This record gives sequence, structure tokens and C-alpha cells, in this order.
Amino acid sequence: MKRIFQDVWYSVQDFLQTFGSSQLFLVRILAGVPAAFLRPSLIIKQIHGSGVLSLAIIGISGFFVGMVLSLQAYNSLARFGATESLGVLAALALTRELGPVVTALLFAGRAGTALASEIGLMRATDQLSGMEMMAVDPVRRVVVPRFIGGVIAMPLLAAIFSAMGLFGAWLEGVMLLGVDEGAFWQQMRSQVDVYDDVLAGILKSFVFGIAASLLAVFEGYNSIPTAEGVSRATTRTVVLTALAVLVLNFMLTAVLIGEV
Amino acid sequence: MQQTRAVEIGTGLFVFLGIVALFFLTTRVTNFDSYEGDEGYTLTARFDNIGTLKLRSPVSMSGVKVGRVSSIIFDDEMLEAVVELRIDGQYSKIPNDSDASILTQGILGGQYIGLEPGGSEEFFADQDEIQFTQSALVLEKLVSKYLFSQGGKEDK
Repeated sequence: MKRIFQDVWYSVQDFLQTFGSSQLFLVRILAGVPAAFLRPSLIIKQIHGSGVLSLAIIGISGFFVGMVLSLQAYNSLARFGATESLGVLAALALTRELGPVVTALLFAGRAGTALASEIGLMRATDQLSGMEMMAVDPVRRVVVPRFIGGVIAMPLLAAIFSAMGLFGAWLEGVMLLGVDEGAFWQQMRSQVDVYDDVLAGILKSFVFGIAASLLAVFEGYNSIPTAEGVSRATTRTVVLTALAVLVLNFMLTAVLIGEV
Repeated sequence: MQQTRAVEIGTGLFVFLGIVALFFLTTRVTNFDSYEGDEGYTLTARFDNIGTLKLRSPVSMSGVKVGRVSSIIFDDEMLEAVVELRIDGQYSKIPNDSDASILTQGILGGQYIGLEPGGSEEFFADQDEIQFTQSALVLEKLVSKYLFSQGGKEDK
């Protein structure tokens, strides 16, 4: 019995330690952010890595999420004869929830793992130590541009996801299921709010961008310098990012809806 | 060098796409236009009961949207709801004896304010009050009115 309590206590301590050190790491990154903008080419390269290369998966996923949303909602709405509300439903679901959250989850899988394993391999092959030997701060040279790239890429990816989702919803709803096109757009425009819905969604994805990028670079930077350590860091990145995004999403939604 | 160029072009394209998507979301999908173009004037109207009227509900005339509800407050001296309507500047010739009533869009729709034109030669100006108003119909009151009127008939 005592063993179990002890194990639980140790894992709580472990968790708190990881949490605390990731926050301290965030402070170190933020301290390096202003200087990083002096070398924009590094940031551009990372936006390319995290954003441009994730474009295909985000766009295609968004498109099909929109299509299936439309298809499912249509069957339920048809019972009440309210199929004209399809546009509102799709737009609210995509801009408020699905856009930011699904983008963050896909980002963790596509870009987060790449960041973590890249930095982890640098650690394993002593490239980070090599930089330290040359008096180059690896946090500033390697970590900060990747962090900024992820934070910039995420809201843009979420916006692209939502836009593609709406395109999919429109294609499925209006073109295939025959919802009236005028009502689709008009109801959407009268019910969706710029600040409460679209900007709240962008704010969410910005916060998710910080969380996902931080976890990826943190796990990579602190990985155990072996092949197994790198693979474990990559796995942990995906798991922790997914959990963090879903928990943060609930908290942000509660705060943002509380204001409305 | 060639590769950096490709990276930069790709990134530029990506950021551009993202901004286009944002622009699309804010202007085409939302009621963004109700925030811009603040050339208009404000009317006030007093109602006994506004039902489920909300901020930014539409104000329409003959079914055409002419403005939006810009504020709803409760006047605790007159014990009435005071609603401010922001009317678009292009509709400046609304007769000043027009009446406002709270109506419902469709069966599941939200409530809105419908203006019925009056016959006056003079038009509403900024900060005018709409004199003739009709409150929202509350379902429970309708039902009880109906039930009580039925009860009366049976007595006779």
C-alpha cells in the first residue's frame, strides 16, 4: 500500500518538475524572441518547415471535415425542416472549435514531431553541445526560430483549415444536397460574429500554437541523447500536445463564452 | 541559393494564403459589414417586453435590413425596455410616425424589429424616439389569454 502511494507521489513530482522546467524553458525562449527577429531568414525557414509543409494535410483534412459536417448536420436538420441553418452550423463549428483544435492536433502530428525529432537528433549527435562550445546559445540559434515559426504558422493554418472546411461544407450542402445557396451564406453572415466567433477562434489557435511549439521544442531539447530517447521524445510530443490542446481548449472556451 | 529562394517563395505563398483565408472568414462569413461604415443615425424605442431580442438583431423595413439593434437597457423609472436602433445612413427618409414592432423570423428564427412606415411628411432624425411601438408576443401570455377567453365563453 505504501509503495503505491510512494509511486503516485513520485510521478506527481515528475509531472510538476516537467511542467515547471517547461515553463522556465518558455521564459528562456521568450527572452530570445526579440533578438531572433534580427535574423528573419531563420524564421522564414521554420515557417516553411512548420507551415508550408503542413499545408496539404491541413487543407485536405479541413475540406473533408467540412464535407462530413455538412452531411451529418443535413440529416438532423432535415427533420426540423431547418436545412438552411447548415451554413451557420458549419461556420460556427469550424471557426470556433474544429478549426483551431483539429489544426493543432494535426500540427502536433505533422510539424511537432518533426521539430522534436530534429532537435532531439541534434542533441543525440552533440550538435547542441558543439554550438555551446563555440559560444553560440543553442536555445537562441536553434530553438527560438522554430518556436516563432510554429506560433506564426498555427493561426494561419487554422484559418486555412476553416476556410477549406467551409468550402467543403458548401460543396456538400449546396452542390450535392441541394440546400439553398442564398440562405446558406445569408444566415451564416447574419449569425456569425467577427469578434466572438472568428477572432476568438484565431486567439485559440494562437494559444495552441504557443503550446504545441513549446512542447515540441522542449521535448526535443531535453530528450535523452540516444535513438530510443529521440523516439520517446517524439511520442511524448504528440501525446502531451494533444492533451494540452484539449484541456486548453476547454479553458479558453469557458473564458471566451463567459464574456459573450 | 536556388533552394532558399524556393523556401522563401513557398513561405510567402503560405502567409498570403493564410491571410486570404482570414480575410474570407472575417468579411464573407461574418456580419463584419455591420461594424463598418458608421454613417448612420440612432433611434430609440420603448417596449413593454422585448422577448428574446438581442444586441445586433436586425431592424428591417418591408423585409429589407435597414439597421441593427445597438443597445438594450432597462429603464427602471419608466419600467420599460429602451432599445437603441442604429439605422444605416442611406435610409434617411423614414417617416417620423413609423411604428416599430418586435417580430419573429420563421419558426426557429431569432427576433427582429420591423418598422412599418407611417404617413408623415417629416423624417426621423438622429436621437429621435419612435412613438408607436408594439411589444414582442410572449407565447405563455397568448396561451393564457386564449384559455381565459375560452373559460369566459363556457360561463355564458
